[in-house]
Amino acid sequence: MITKRIIPCLDVRDGRVVKGVHFQGLADVSSPVSLGKFYSDNGADELVFYDITASVEGRGLFTDILRQVASQIFIPLTVGGGINAIEDFDRVLKCGGDKVSVNSGAIKNPNLVLEAAKKYGDQCVVLSVDMKRVDGKFMVFAKGGRENTGMEGLSWIKRCEKMGAGEIVVNSIDTDGVKKGFDLEMLEAVCDIASVPVIASGGAGCVEDFVDLFHALPKVDAGLAASIFHFGEVTIPNLKRTLAENNIIVRR
Amino acid sequence: MIAIVDYGVGNLFSLKSSLGVIGAEVEVTGDAEVLRNSEKIILPGVGAFEDAIEKLRKTGLDKVILEEAANGKPLLGICLGMQMLFEKSYEYGEHLGLGLIEGSVKSITPVVGDALKVPHIGWNGLIFSKEKSVLYRYVEEDECVYFVHSFAAMDCDSAVTATTEYGAMLTASVEKGNVYGTQFHPEKSGEVGLKILRAFCEL
Repeated sequence: MITKRIIPCLDVRDGRVVKGVHFQGLADVSSPVSLGKFYSDNGADELVFYDITASVEGRGLFTDILRQVASQIFIPLTVGGGINAIEDFDRVLKCGGDKVSVNSGAIKNPNLVLEAAKKYGDQCVVLSVDMKRVDGKFMVFAKGGRENTGMEGLSWIKRCEKMGAGEIVVNSIDTDGVKKGFDLEMLEAVCDIASVPVIASGGAGCVEDFVDLFHALPKVDAGLAASIFHFGEVTIPNLKRTLAENNIIVRR
Repeated sequence: MIAIVDYGVGNLFSLKSSLGVIGAEVEVTGDAEVLRNSEKIILPGVGAFEDAIEKLRKTGLDKVILEEAANGKPLLGICLGMQMLFEKSYEYGEHLGLGLIEGSVKSITPVVGDALKVPHIGWNGLIFSKEKSVLYRYVEEDECVYFVHSFAAMDCDSAVTATTEYGAMLTASVEKGNVYGTQFHPEKSGEVGLKILRAFCEL
């Protein structure tokens, strides 16, 4: 049986993990390599590295880091942030990324999804969507959730799927950072129309939120979170143990 | 030395690194002589079958691989590299493979059922065939490995060394003499994957 995936997300700026991390026994908590390895050793099923650097120098540092991560960590690596052109896919895939997550780049140029899927295969292209409720509709937001694109989320997802997006990360702006659970209503709407794997993001505050997610929506394939893992509020071994006790199939 | 066949398909970075950490001497190569001088050959691959087999044939390395396999050299095909070991693939048409193992590659869509998504992406458990493959000497049944595929090897029962359950029993790995194949990515399957690669290196 296919297992539900647990995916920690690491924001990287100038080659360092941004959010402070509280772990015992981890000497360099802001090194993407040691933190990535820590998660991998503790049962993370996949890692997402998100480049939030703005400068060219930072981009270079990021690819150096990615190369180091990929030479030491042997689980799937997804890379996002600053993916605006097919050259960006080339850049991160050559350094050991397995999948590339595209968000604003696809909004600016939807053909990027098509082009990348043709060149690298659907499995390589992850569409990340930031959505928020506006007048009862799920709308796509750009610029880190600050700008309403005017596009309706479900049709945007369907359109990208047709162009070759192989997985969809659904990030609910409404629940992000609130830590009261995933946005089950939004995720259900996406699961109803998506025929590729759906990854839930935004809102997890505790282990039970993941249990609720996979119980309520068996079609969701994975749960993604950042700070609750980094701050140790939820540890992956404990999370997986609890999921297994609740009859949710996970890799142990 | 283990040669990883470079024919312009796929991301060889992780595969090379994973063999490196288990202490194997590795060379990524498109050179026929290097393949001939290697102790073992790994044939990787991602993407579309037709495109990959055409690229491989264009390099002429298909013939070298066939010769070396016939000489008894251990050969491991990974993902699309495994699918190319078969006689035929029905991925968007009908295409001839290397023919090292009897059977064909077909879409999993008709067999997995409507409730499950295709591609089959994620970590899934290994169910061993009766006789445990030497590649699994350090691995236990039900341990998970990482899959990403929409097509799978079928009609190849005698060669199957493991299956995985996804709506149906899908071929996870095959073996015929010195020719091995894994549908999953050992280089992306954490410790379990490294153990499988180690067993191949020790052949």
